[in-house]
Amino acid sequence: MAQVSDVADNQSSQTKTLRIARYNPEKNSEKQFMEFSVPVEKWTTVLETILNVKQHQDHSVGVRYSCRQATCGSCGMIINGKPRLACFTKVSELDSDVVTVEPMNNFPIIRDLAVKFERLFDTHHKIKPYLDRDDTELESDAKEFLQSPEELEQYIQFANCIKCGLCNSACPTMATDSSFVGPQALAQAYRYVADSRDKGKDSRLKIIDESHGIWRCHFAGSCSQVCPKGVDPAMGIQLLRGYMLGFRS
Amino acid sequence: MRESTIMKIHYGTALAAVALVAVHILMRMTMNFADSLEYETVLANYKFIPYAIMLELILVLLSIHGFNGLRVILLELKQGRTYEKAVSYGCLAAMFALIAYGSRTIIMTNMGMV
Ligand code: HEM
Ligand code: SF4
Ligand code: FES
Repeated sequence: MAQVSDVADNQSSQTKTLRIARYNPEKNSEKQFMEFSVPVEKWTTVLETILNVKQHQDHSVGVRYSCRQATCGSCGMIINGKPRLACFTKVSELDSDVVTVEPMNNFPIIRDLAVKFERLFDTHHKIKPYLDRDDTELESDAKEFLQSPEELEQYIQFANCIKCGLCNSACPTMATDSSFVGPQALAQAYRYVADSRDKGKDSRLKIIDESHGIWRCHFAGSCSQVCPKGVDPAMGIQLLRGYMLGFRS
Repeated sequence: MRESTIMKIHYGTALAAVALVAVHILMRMTMNFADSLEYETVLANYKFIPYAIMLELILVLLSIHGFNGLRVILLELKQGRTYEKAVSYGCLAAMFALIAYGSRTIIMTNMGMV
């Protein structure tokens, strides 16, 4: 029993300062920070501190979330200067008494921490994020499309993308080029091009081979640094370029 | 032109320029830097046909590379149909103008017109 209470003592609640960027494009001319004191345990996530504020201090804070387990891709934001998932970031890992949360860069703000995803959905849709082939399993005698473990290896890492947009938020080209297709969509273009069941390689490569397409990536690599799911968009982009420059077929 | 074709040219011109500029630097190391820039030396260089051809090639390669690079920077800076058309044609025109001006110097010197 003594041991159990020791553990409880070590993990007792601390108080940290949560700075939330507040901005309503219809009412405010610029972003302003509001500070809140929040109780934090060793395991408390940034999302939980925001929800704590909403519940006990200011219910009007605008934030988007759903799964709370790094699966839905809703809670991307800038946390202490870096794009991260709020539900997947523990306050304790930030090693700071002040936690600052801001909306993701390179996305228009709806309110406070919630941003518009239209551009991401449009670019994602544009690269045909589905297996593209004429014969489908809807045909009467069609069988499942078998794939070897080696073939799966080619793209499976990229299939982990949850469309959170953190990579697009970190990308320097996204910041100035409003027509750039972006790392999220490019990584997904690779995911389907590299899938042995897919037949849409040529049309997909054509879609990204335009003046605001794949060539506007300049190898900054920020996308891969911030991805919470271990997708490596920067590598996907280089592998796609391999097809286009004739190094891969 | 397809963007991938343009970028192949961009990377190709860069690689070729590395090779030719290396030769160019080696040639310049045959004497000290100040002598290199003497009026007579410069004239002699332009009159030495293989070297003059190489300098002309560097001019063409780096003009293509540099102005395409500038086009890329400008396309990322601002977007819009008219603007982007102006950038593309403007860079192309500037590239031809620079190549023409540089070639004029090389050809005139080579032909003993100065
Ligand atoms: C001979 C050595 C050179 C090499 C190997 C080289 C290589 C490259 C490469 C690979 C890129 C693409 C970078 C990217 O997409 O992010 C690039 C871009 C560029 N280069 Fe060069 N280059 C060389 C010389 C030059 C020179 C002498 C100029 C100026 C006349 C120049 C002007 C540019 C510009 C303006 C860009 C666009 C900026 C950018 O995309 O980041 N380069 N160069
Ligand atoms: S590649 Fe990673 S960072 Fe980008 S949207 Fe997908 S999961 Fe998020
Ligand atoms: S709430 Fe779903 S990813 Fe964070």
